[in-house]
Amino acid sequence: MKRRTFLASAAGLVASVIVRPVAAIEHSAVLTALVRAYAAGGVITEGRVRFDIARLVDNGNSVPIEVIVDSPMTRQQHVVGIALFNEKNPQNDVAHFTLSHLSGRARVATRIRLATTQQLVAVAKMNDGSCWTHTVEVLVTVSSCIEE
Amino acid sequence: MARTLITVPRTAKRDQIIEIKALVQHPMETGYRRSSDGDMLPRDLIRKFTCRFVADASAASASAGEAGELVFAATFHAAIAANPYLAFNFRATASGTLIFVWEGDKGFAQRETVSLLVA
Repeated sequence: MKRRTFLASAAGLVASVIVRPVAAIEHSAVLTALVRAYAAGGVITEGRVRFDIARLVDNGNSVPIEVIVDSPMTRQQHVVGIALFNEKNPQNDVAHFTLSHLSGRARVATRIRLATTQQLVAVAKMNDGSCWTHTVEVLVTVSSCIEE
Repeated sequence: MARTLITVPRTAKRDQIIEIKALVQHPMETGYRRSSDGDMLPRDLIRKFTCRFVADASAASASAGEAGELVFAATFHAAIAANPYLAFNFRATASGTLIFVWEGDKGFAQRETVSLLVA
């Protein structure tokens, strides 16, 4: 084996070991289908998006969340939309946001409802059509939506 | 008229990225809950939020309905908590007016404006 190829493969191995624990959750089929529909043919890749939410939610009626996308937000290169989907609420849609180069920073924060312990996904669509995702799993102790 | 709470800095430096926070009073009734009598509570949601920016220089055209440039928009579903809160950012390039509009079920419509001075 040449030294160059050895180094490249060794670096790849290290990277995969480091990345694995983050990407370990098995994505739900529901979310995958929703993301694919939102992407409308665009390439879907995991990364560049950070979905901030408490992993243990005491009260599903109002859960603060924040989505930050790594983008320079210039006229040439910016995020055009962010969509949030949930797995197990009565409706899978949470919200869709439209951003523009005027935003300056690709970031949005809001408060959502969660019916039960489930996965959530944030999808960011860039102006070149590519989509980036971050899936998170949250544990909900008191649920929302169905109860009074 | 619903109560709103909008936080925008009064002044900003040119090209400064400011944070905008907007909250509106609304129950966001999902349509999945029952009242104490057992009747289904009808769905009552805010569906749409938009924030537009009209620069002072183009104020003359501001009176024409959908004025200004779209800064941020949101489509809400039942999974948005009551009294919808949003925080987003905006690059201040010129003095002008930010126009906030919420629209929803039962003819809900709320419009607020905030002026921004860019030094």
